[in-house]
Amino acid sequence: MNERSGFSAQRLVAMIVKEFTQMRRDKLTFAMMLGIPVIQLLLFGYAINSDPRHLPAAVLMADHGPQARTILHALQNSTYYDFVREVKTEREGRDLLARGQVQFVINIPQNFSRDLVRGDRPAILVEADATDPAATGQALGALTSLFDQALINDLKGPLEFLAGTAGPVDVRVHALYNPEVITQYNIVPGLMGVILTMTMVMITGLAITRERERGTMENLLSMPTRPSEVLIGKIVPYIMVGYVQVGIILLVSHYLFHVPMLGSLTLLLAAAFVFIAANLSLGITISTVAKNQLQAMQMTFFVFLPSILLSGFMFPFRGMPHWAQWLGEIFPLTHFLRIVRGILLKGNGLADVSRDIWPLALFAAIVLTVGVKRYRRTLD
Amino acid sequence: MSEELAIDVRGMTKRFGDRTVVNDIALQVRVGEIYGFLGPNGSGKTTFIRMLCGLLRADGGSGTCLGHDVIRESESIKRNVGYMTQRFSFYEDLSIAENLDFVARMYGIPGRREAVNASIERLGLSGRQKQLAGELSGGWKQRLALAACLIHQPKLLLLDEPTAGVDPKARRDFWEQIHELAAEGLTFLITTHYMDEAERCHRLAYIAYGNLLTHGTVREVIDHVGLATWSVSGPDLASLARQLRGKAGVRQAVAFGNMLHVSGDDPEALERAIAPFREGREWTKIRSGLEDVFIHLMDRSKDNFDA
Ligand SMILES: Nc1ncnc2c1ncn2[C@@H]1O[C@H](COP(=O)(O)OP(=O)(O)OP(=O)(O)O)[C@@H](O)[C@H]1O
Ligand SMILES: [Mg+2]
Repeated sequence: MNERSGFSAQRLVAMIVKEFTQMRRDKLTFAMMLGIPVIQLLLFGYAINSDPRHLPAAVLMADHGPQARTILHALQNSTYYDFVREVKTEREGRDLLARGQVQFVINIPQNFSRDLVRGDRPAILVEADATDPAATGQALGALTSLFDQALINDLKGPLEFLAGTAGPVDVRVHALYNPEVITQYNIVPGLMGVILTMTMVMITGLAITRERERGTMENLLSMPTRPSEVLIGKIVPYIMVGYVQVGIILLVSHYLFHVPMLGSLTLLLAAAFVFIAANLSLGITISTVAKNQLQAMQMTFFVFLPSILLSGFMFPFRGMPHWAQWLGEIFPLTHFLRIVRGILLKGNGLADVSRDIWPLALFAAIVLTVGVKRYRRTLD
Repeated sequence: MSEELAIDVRGMTKRFGDRTVVNDIALQVRVGEIYGFLGPNGSGKTTFIRMLCGLLRADGGSGTCLGHDVIRESESIKRNVGYMTQRFSFYEDLSIAENLDFVARMYGIPGRREAVNASIERLGLSGRQKQLAGELSGGWKQRLALAACLIHQPKLLLLDEPTAGVDPKARRDFWEQIHELAAEGLTFLITTHYMDEAERCHRLAYIAYGNLLTHGTVREVIDHVGLATWSVSGPDLASLARQLRGKAGVRQAVAFGNMLHVSGDDPEALERAIAPFREGREWTKIRSGLEDVFIHLMDRSKDNFDA
């Protein structure tokens, strides 16, 4: 007899239709799959803001010359600083910093305007509350160029030589500028990867265990199905969901966060397909290994956390130690972050992103194979 | 009914850990036969059926099911077997029609839509096919499950307590349908706890604690156990039962309405035991019923296995 019948497209369709109907009927899950991207984008897109502005600052004005006033206005106009008060002594400034009432104290020394005009490069001391470097980094980083810009107008005519190479003012803070962090431009596309990872792995992670716990597995196993039909059938409907999420995220990031789209949308959608498939494969494989839904959830988080931490979403990828980078290369999110940022922000083409697409495809293939092998054909 | 065997297995064994749940069971079921599979809760009926259709890996045993090797060819067996699980195992979040449609697609049935519609028609659910399976009452779920098992026209049906929780009228309809299908050549292996259903089977097997204790027609099973039974009516049967139980020769004293059935496996010992209680009551020697026999078998096997 033909004991081993081949893969049947018809049974695959049966699974897909069934899964799709069930998904449609599970209103809560369905709403969550569509709601999660929006809520997370709004929450994290706005909340994770590594370019905080309107930071409270105090100023110690020991000089009241015209150039000192220019500097002050420039600082205010940059929107990084809000001058909440003027202090009379350095001590007073320190106290404010210590109590957290201001983030910065800016010292404009005596004879600042005079020294500046003489070309003595007077020093401006900026004291910063650096407990959260991420909060102050951008504001500090902007300082030097801010001063240069501000003084350009003052240093016209005979003073023009001062606007030259070294800069007219000596700013006593070292720039912490990290050119990779363009804040929301960076975070919002990253969120696309994170949201897809979370929802796709979680939703399929429960797929098989749910059948087992509801007792429907006994019925499914009593039919002549092949593991690949069941697993792929459970994945396909969620590819669509993934695309809906991608669409929502792209719309929100375009209209709310004004993230540019330098590269090709088609390329992005193609890459997203591979990424979504990789995550769904991972989820379904987790669910073939897990004994129950709780275990499946635990395994999902076990994968999700390192994905977020090691992918370059949380910390700059190049800042991590080598072993961590090496580990990070395994996770689909790492590659997708490069792809999505590359396409959106740098206008990368196929040649650039294919470097990160094939690891995704390889990941999906390996993981799905493990899932098919691990799929238990009996109730034992 | 032919002499051809739909199920022919021997030595079927299943262990969970170090517990043997099905112990060396042999079973022959002829094509077109309705075979009853009985035994107390936890005796291994469901486990045995699951091994037959490849849902559990047997730890021992060999044989054929519909001519296919029961151990190695479970895929072919699955294609020709309809298995109705003890617990409802269709999708509660799919409608009646969607469940049937899913099954029909899975088996690749030609003329799927017609087959599904015909099945709904036969079920008498024409107006309600859009209703979710989870919203059906217990009895209707059973009927849906049976309809779904039949949709791919299997040759053998393994029905695990198909009538649990079904009302008497529906139960009668169900058994009429079973007999009609059997006449057309379908084979049934049915587990049940109802004696009237057991008596409607062509043959039956009784297992307890994983062991096959007896099998054959109803008459053969009763004769094989060789139980003598007296029926008694009269005053104060409850205290009579108390007094009789434990007496030598009396295996059981069970109330049936306003009668008491007193049984024992040695007719003479039994007569000696009841002699002191004859006065003032009406005693008749009766044929042991299946229920007397099964309760007796259950008690006896408990003695054997507890020892
Ligand atoms: N997956 C399993 N793991 C461990 N033990 C099991 C498993 N399935 C069944 N058993 C045990 O095997 C024994 C037989 O169970 P089974 O379900 O076959 O009994 P049954 O005859 O169908 O009972 P019932 O009439 O109550 O349906 C029971 O003691 C049960 O606890
Ligand atoms: Mg059972």
